[in-house]
Amino acid sequence: MPDERGYFGAFGGCYVPETLKTPLEELAAAYAAATADPAFQAELDGYLTRYVGRPTLLYAAANLTRHFGGATILLKREDLCHTGSHKLNNVLGQVLLAKRMGKPRVIAETGAGQHGVATATIAALFGLSCTIYMGAEDVERQALNVFRMRLLGAEVIPVTSGSQTLKDAINEAFRDWVTNLTSTFYVFGTAAGPDPYPRMVRDFQRVISVEIKAQMQAAYGKLPDAVVACVGGGSNAIGSFAAFIDDPSVALYGVEAGGFGLDTGKHSATLTAGRPGVLHGSHSFLLQDAHGQIIETHSISAGLDYPGVGPQHSHLKATGRATYLSVTDDQVLDTFGLLCRTEGILPALESTHAVAALSTLAPALGAGKHIVVTLSGRGDKDVQHVQRHLDARH
Amino acid sequence: MSRIADRFAACKARGEGALVAYLMAGDPDAARGRTALSAVAAGGADVIELGVPFSDPMADGRVIEHAALRALAGGTHLPEIFATVRVFRQEYDTPLLLMTYWNPVLQYGIARACADAVAAGVDGFLISDLPPEEAGPWLAAARPAGLDTVFLLGPTSPERRIRLVAEVGGGFVYCISRLGVTGARAELPPDLFTLIDTIKGFTDKPVAVGFGISTPAQVAEVCAHADGAIVGSALVQTILDHADGELAGAVTAFVRELKAATQGNAPTASK
Repeated sequence: MPDERGYFGAFGGCYVPETLKTPLEELAAAYAAATADPAFQAELDGYLTRYVGRPTLLYAAANLTRHFGGATILLKREDLCHTGSHKLNNVLGQVLLAKRMGKPRVIAETGAGQHGVATATIAALFGLSCTIYMGAEDVERQALNVFRMRLLGAEVIPVTSGSQTLKDAINEAFRDWVTNLTSTFYVFGTAAGPDPYPRMVRDFQRVISVEIKAQMQAAYGKLPDAVVACVGGGSNAIGSFAAFIDDPSVALYGVEAGGFGLDTGKHSATLTAGRPGVLHGSHSFLLQDAHGQIIETHSISAGLDYPGVGPQHSHLKATGRATYLSVTDDQVLDTFGLLCRTEGILPALESTHAVAALSTLAPALGAGKHIVVTLSGRGDKDVQHVQRHLDARH
Repeated sequence: MSRIADRFAACKARGEGALVAYLMAGDPDAARGRTALSAVAAGGADVIELGVPFSDPMADGRVIEHAALRALAGGTHLPEIFATVRVFRQEYDTPLLLMTYWNPVLQYGIARACADAVAAGVDGFLISDLPPEEAGPWLAAARPAGLDTVFLLGPTSPERRIRLVAEVGGGFVYCISRLGVTGARAELPPDLFTLIDTIKGFTDKPVAVGFGISTPAQVAEVCAHADGAIVGSALVQTILDHADGELAGAVTAFVRELKAATQGNAPTASK
């Protein structure tokens, strides 16, 4: 747990303009009251079971295991959640909280569109007004999800400032929130941002690792030897790690977006290549220049195209409890097709980063060991984007 | 007392409000940014807030955000800004604050930023995303250096936070007039004067009001209730509108008009 000021070691905190301090304190208080209320957890669990479709499968990928050689690979199938990604776990928790707080309107930022679709979905379910901020570049490369959000009744606002990606969408969502505090709940999509968001999002995504633990116990009578997840802001990764942090035998690997390669400067590998600073309300690793200006990032996957990362990941890196590595766009494109062909599973480009890291992690861990990879989302949204990239290769 | 507090006291003694003028350093480029800065002082601003550009200004509206991006495109960062202030100080003694986000200062180094600011003639800092709870390491360096740190209060600040800012803040209290980001608005919010009175109930420090104050009439209205008025986006827009023309003349004229309004010499109806 973070300390009372929202710090995980040296990372976290609440670096926000004065106007947002009190709303964030109210949010923290409402969250504390909700977590102390068994009815809240029961309501959340009910929706997770009957609406999201939890628990999700832990699938032993025999063909992929044979392909890479070494450890037995198990896929945690968050892609099978309703709306196609792990994002709904967090959105349900936050929107149930919004309902408790009497907020009629929710807003969210989105990169790949998965969090936007999840928020639009739950807003539709509960009859709330919903506005989604999305970088104009992401609107372009994730057109399918934009269409889905609009079908679900959400207003999608393309953000044209800055690099026109996820970080700019977050800036714009904060600007909306600070203007409409009374009516509006900001459904933050990743385990970053000011306190209490990093711990709240972690808690709502923790269900991933709690299920993995139980499923491993049931199927193999042991803990996994390693857990692997992709890291942009880090919500599916922190959810996959949370229940194992105090189990030292379980190695934790976060896989960042190496883009065109770390040496090109065009990547989103915040923990691998960045240094600590303050952005979007917390002290954490950042991709920034010598003057503390945020650098424009690059990734083939919109959902990982973010120059910051959740503060607990920075802490897990600093303490050595988790290991962070990166894979390039090219490795991701190769692996995308591989998972389709070997297992008949179409992964999201974000999740494909985690799968790509298995080419070294699975053989290194070796036969007889079990490595769990969180497949955070499905790849239907990415097929046109991938096709364009594959065509460009020829 | 600090130069900032002195200036507020002098204004009060004369029965007028203080005009706090915000402009972005290095906007629209380095040379014209220096011209604009001198023109603001020549126009009679009582306190200058010089913006430090940041790539992700989440508390600012379009006008200041775009000013920051222009300044960054021209390569304006803290070293250039300290150099600008050093030159400015050869001619003007107008109290000057740097208004910034936290990361540029953090990366520059807290101790180094304080030392270089003092050496350049900067009187204080206003750090948008550094609330008192996170300001400990900064205040530990800024206070001994003699720098004022101005904190903000707004419509959502409860009594506990007003007391906190009254205790730790320096210079003046920046009262945010309304919820939202920086930028000109047609009307002052109806509950503004209640907010000013509430803050003044907890502190003897001067209270200046910003966010959405753009016209002489609004400045006059604010100064009838508070110790000062802060004009930012409207001045940044004026600089941009005259960037390729009579920049110094236009800026000085606008600031002079705003300053006159703090002395009660302004039209009472909105333009």
